[in-house]
Amino acid sequence: MAQRYVMAIDQGTTSTRCILFDQSARLVSVVQREHRQYHPRPGWVEQDAVEIWRNVDRILPQTLRDGGVGADQVVALGITNQRETAVVWDRNTGVPVGRAIVWEDIRTEELVGELTARPDSAGIRDRCGLPLATYFSAPKLKWLLDNTPGLRERAARGELLFGTIDTWLIWNLTGGVSGGLHVTDVTNASRTMLMNITTQAWDDELLSFFDIPASMLPEIRASTEIHGKTTRVVPGITIAAALGDQHAALFGQTCFAKGETKCTYGTGSFLLMNTGDTLVKSEHGLLTTIGYQLGGEPATYALEGSIAVTGSLVQWFRDKLGLIQSAPEIETLARTVTDNGGCYIVPAFSGLFAPHWHSEARGIIVGLTSYISKGHLARAVLEATAWQTREVVDAMAAELGVSSKALKVDGGMTADHLLMQTIADVLDVPVLRPMVAETVSLGAAYAAGLAVGYWPDLEGLRRNWHLAARWTPQWNADDRDAEYANWKRAVELTFGWAKPRRPRGR
Amino acid sequence: MPGPIQSIERAAAMLRLLARGSGQYGLAEIAASLGLPKGTAHGILRTLQRVEFVEQDQESGRYRLGAALLHLGTSYLDANELRSRSLNWADALAARSGQEVRIGVHHDGAVLVVHHVFRPDDTMQTLGVGAMLPLHATAFGKVLLAYDASLSRDRELTSLTRRTIVSPQALERVLTQVRASGWASEAEECMPGEASIAAPIRAFGGLVVGAIGVSGAVDRICDPASRPKPSLVSQVASAAEAVSRALTD
Repeated sequence: MAQRYVMAIDQGTTSTRCILFDQSARLVSVVQREHRQYHPRPGWVEQDAVEIWRNVDRILPQTLRDGGVGADQVVALGITNQRETAVVWDRNTGVPVGRAIVWEDIRTEELVGELTARPDSAGIRDRCGLPLATYFSAPKLKWLLDNTPGLRERAARGELLFGTIDTWLIWNLTGGVSGGLHVTDVTNASRTMLMNITTQAWDDELLSFFDIPASMLPEIRASTEIHGKTTRVVPGITIAAALGDQHAALFGQTCFAKGETKCTYGTGSFLLMNTGDTLVKSEHGLLTTIGYQLGGEPATYALEGSIAVTGSLVQWFRDKLGLIQSAPEIETLARTVTDNGGCYIVPAFSGLFAPHWHSEARGIIVGLTSYISKGHLARAVLEATAWQTREVVDAMAAELGVSSKALKVDGGMTADHLLMQTIADVLDVPVLRPMVAETVSLGAAYAAGLAVGYWPDLEGLRRNWHLAARWTPQWNADDRDAEYANWKRAVELTFGWAKPRRPRGR
Repeated sequence: MPGPIQSIERAAAMLRLLARGSGQYGLAEIAASLGLPKGTAHGILRTLQRVEFVEQDQESGRYRLGAALLHLGTSYLDANELRSRSLNWADALAARSGQEVRIGVHHDGAVLVVHHVFRPDDTMQTLGVGAMLPLHATAFGKVLLAYDASLSRDRELTSLTRRTIVSPQALERVLTQVRASGWASEAEECMPGEASIAAPIRAFGGLVVGAIGVSGAVDRICDPASRPKPSLVSQVASAAEAVSRALTD
């Protein structure tokens, strides 16, 4: 019998990847395509959902060709995606009503301020596990409905569908206007602010708080579930899993037991800890979220420390400052100096996420003297990611009263050895990278393969986890403490910067 | 003797044109300046863009000289970029072969290890990135020597073990073999008990920018007759091809 494979589509913030894995979780082929980011106004970040769909349409067949694999050899497809990003489209034409509003977008800052001031906002966090913030889907969807002429009327007539990117891709892959499935998984739904974190169903009070018609919303399903077969692009592939990218990474790192933690370094960085069947309500600025849900089983909870800007700071350094040609060159530039020269960059581009949740914070570069060179700035860029990791690791430790002995990492930025070393230095624990840095895709593949019985159980998946690299701490405690104190002072300087430019016009 | 190659002459003319004046030209302007059909000019520009000699402004669509031209003399592929672009394939090679994987580039008369993936058996191992290895006594080094004649000229061949190749003629014969087979190996030439296999990573036009390979205890890498295991050789060669493809996609 011919070799069989599992396919993963990782629809990320800056690019879409399609990857084939074999039964030993080894990568067989990978094709990637970037999509455009639109910044029509300061703080606005948009993407064209149709471009993303076209990219999937191109890379999926090419991945099969590159691997020399026929569609009939693919036993399952798992989909993982950038979370929270909101798409609204016409169910009859399949055309989006506008560009997708991306998770980093902060246009809803004033709206969120108004919502927070409402007396009925008090119970929101308990219901959905999330603080009111621009980051999540519901404020974005509300903004679209409030600010696009005619949209509420069309929504009321039942003409419109809402979804995060998983929903948009599954709907298109399963036929689009000709019978496309309108579904999402529980991890993606847990990021909308519309799902009740305890019952894992759309919550009437949350829907009425945000004034969202229920008819727009997809059906919530488990993370591993056989949704159906593709009818477009390459027909006949079984879609057997969908989950948000960070949840997929938790799965790909085989963090199946309570207390197991991973951190994924991409556009932003996200530390997730499996909390098993315990719904932990954070006192320290962490989010309560669904880790994953296997079909037919209760959901596994997780605690999350979300950092908005890490890899995107390197991109900004490349694209907007032009100090490097490619993202990996940040390491080359940073190694031209031995320390940060007293300079700190706090990239509060979208406010600060965990553990601060200051929407009004804005980024700063502090400690500038005539001594500072572009090498020092490059160091400060990498250190910003390391210190932000330290903050969420500390919050996690404060929440649970125990600190972890090592940090499991994944994602593209793990190729940056100086960054990984710095993270080990600031955390004072070893940093461990598994053999597959594409852990997000691997997690989606694992979930899909598990659903169709390609892999028998979670323990079998654990045996595929192997250590690929290990960085051990080198800084002494005094240096680390002094640097951390400086970082904290720098963070405080970002608070309270953004002021509403003018009263809202309504 | 073959005649001049027209497309190279045209490419050279384009670079000269872009180096003039404001340094920003639209496709139609370039085609008109050189008296070429737009399709022909576009093809050459796209190729020059691929090798980074020309850049296109995202907003205006105009062309200008690429930053790579300014750095022709220095190492053209950043080592950290090479690591980043080869990450997936180095991992896959380690998983498939069960051996440690390294990527090396030439630096200052030695092999600089720019990437290292542990042997996937979860034993205690130490990251070897930044280490310098001898060119003439490792598979990585032999690959780099084989594809850059300037490196092996007047090189002193230090003896590291009793198997190290110390005669320039013997080394030259080995390098000829490397070029013929497309891979290199070494058994106990650098360290007693250790062996390695490596193959070239090629960028546009076939230029060798580094070597990827496996290394470890001789009995893991070689058969009982101290010859590299054929299965490992083919895994290393396919990984090198995959990384080369990733660099030129």
